[in-house]
Amino acid sequence: MTSAEMEAVYDAMARQIDKAGPGKSEVFLAKLALLLAQKAGDVHQVLDAVSEAGESL
Amino acid sequence: MRPDGRGETESLYFDYPYFEPPQQRGELAEPTPVAIVGAGPVGLTAALQLASEGIRSVVFDNKPTFNDGSRAICISRSSLAILDRLGVAAPFLEKSLGWTTGQSFYRGQKILEFKMPDGADEKFRPMYNLQQQYIEAFLWQAVAAHPLIQTRWQSEVVGIDRPGKIALRVSDPAGSYEIKADWCLACDGARSPIRKMRGKRLKGENFEGRYVIADIRADIDFPTIRRALFDPACRPGGTVLIHRQPDDIWRIDYQLRDEESEADAVLEQNVRASVQAVLDETGYSGTWDLEWWSIYSANTLALDDYRDGRVFFVGDSAHIVPIFGVRGLNNGLADAVNIGWKLGWVLQGRAGEALLDTYSPERRGATLDVFANASKSARFMTPSTHGWRLMRDAALSLALRHSFAGEFANPRQMVPYSYTESAAVRSDAGGLKAGPAPGEHLPELRLGDGFLSDHLGPGFTLLCFDAALASAVEARNIEGLSAFALPVSLQASERIAHEPGAAYLVRPDLYVAARWSRATPDEVASTFAELTFRKGNQL
Repeated sequence: MTSAEMEAVYDAMARQIDKAGPGKSEVFLAKLALLLAQKAGDVHQVLDAVSEAGESL
Repeated sequence: MRPDGRGETESLYFDYPYFEPPQQRGELAEPTPVAIVGAGPVGLTAALQLASEGIRSVVFDNKPTFNDGSRAICISRSSLAILDRLGVAAPFLEKSLGWTTGQSFYRGQKILEFKMPDGADEKFRPMYNLQQQYIEAFLWQAVAAHPLIQTRWQSEVVGIDRPGKIALRVSDPAGSYEIKADWCLACDGARSPIRKMRGKRLKGENFEGRYVIADIRADIDFPTIRRALFDPACRPGGTVLIHRQPDDIWRIDYQLRDEESEADAVLEQNVRASVQAVLDETGYSGTWDLEWWSIYSANTLALDDYRDGRVFFVGDSAHIVPIFGVRGLNNGLADAVNIGWKLGWVLQGRAGEALLDTYSPERRGATLDVFANASKSARFMTPSTHGWRLMRDAALSLALRHSFAGEFANPRQMVPYSYTESAAVRSDAGGLKAGPAPGEHLPELRLGDGFLSDHLGPGFTLLCFDAALASAVEARNIEGLSAFALPVSLQASERIAHEPGAAYLVRPDLYVAARWSRATPDEVASTFAELTFRKGNQL
């Protein structure tokens, strides 16, 4: 994806998090991750990303 | 603000001049074609632009000297091009610090280094750092020496009458008087008294982020690289910006936490402690002096129309933008040049009055473009909601290991706005595959020992590769229009169209007014007449 496309993703996610509201943003993000994992198709890639996203929090 | 015991203009490195109010009282009421309110960078640039068109102006400022602090410190390449056209770039180039590189850090670790576009074709660097009072002083040197510009210090405009022509009521320490003007340029800043007198209001958004901007003098061994620190140990959750300025002055901007009150934040001991914490984190352990500080919050506010009858709002009086894109000063200078040449041409009879109606759409369009970009920067620098904050923090955390995420921290630097839709630009007839389209800023090109911009005439210029066309246009002796045949070697440049018949009509402000894949002298002349709004398009 181009950086402009990544930016569009960034903006859409920020807006959706705000729309979901503070109580629901975690479940929104978890759903999003599951949907993307399903589309990505490769379990190792997804599990790597899960552990990497957990670093430097 | 300055440290305890120092006056407003007692600087560590800059000697503020003191300007008397007008001493000769006899001709103060003499009418002027143009009254300019405000002797800041915008007002002085407008006066110089008008003077370059041969138009007299009187500039009023209520202060006895220049701006009290360094404020706007980044001058963009396009602003240097403006100063160069006005013949005043030399002192700026000598004193300022040019730069191309920025670095961003997250929790002390570098996540991004970006370079702004630069190269041998560019006459000027992408950005120059220089304190605002130097900017004013260098412009003032030229203004004070110009016979067509009269500046009146300590002179406050307290009233402006609406019907017909402008009548300003001016008050200074020696008395008050009325002066008539055909036109007024309100260059009187963000809190513009003229705007209030005309009953106009800025509209738009306020962002949450508040910053203290502080200047210190310190002997720090670090190049002119803009540093942005996200979530640093000295200011958890906040953002810090560090800029180098001439005279060993460093600008440190730091974001306030939501619970920090502005009143506390600007207390000297708190500013000193906050600055010390930033310096500790950057590894500087030497001594430093506090020079000046102020407080700032991000806004995107603008007038609906920059024109109100015979009054034009120019610079901050028309729009307030967030600092992150360094567009406040730079867009103000572009405003000043835009209205300056147009009003100059109308007053000289070289253009119809309709040309003036193109000022607000062109420059307000530029402001809205800044808003779009600056809002993005502001959302990253000072996220205003949970969603924007979460995404920002996620991007920063990922950026520690993934460069793609660091790109989110890349500030969108100043690029001149395109006037593609303007009535003072002829829509593109098509046919050229490369080069600037009508409404875009003319790119700079290296040409022999100099640059393309050195060869432009004072008014409109036809640029073409066809020497016969250039001579034919020149031979018509049209006032305000000159022609320059580009050397064929430039056809190798990617910045300009390659076709031998390519021709560009360039406006006095270096924007492309029209372009052709094959032009005739008749077409050039009629387009020039049309875009300067002459009656019946007659030359």
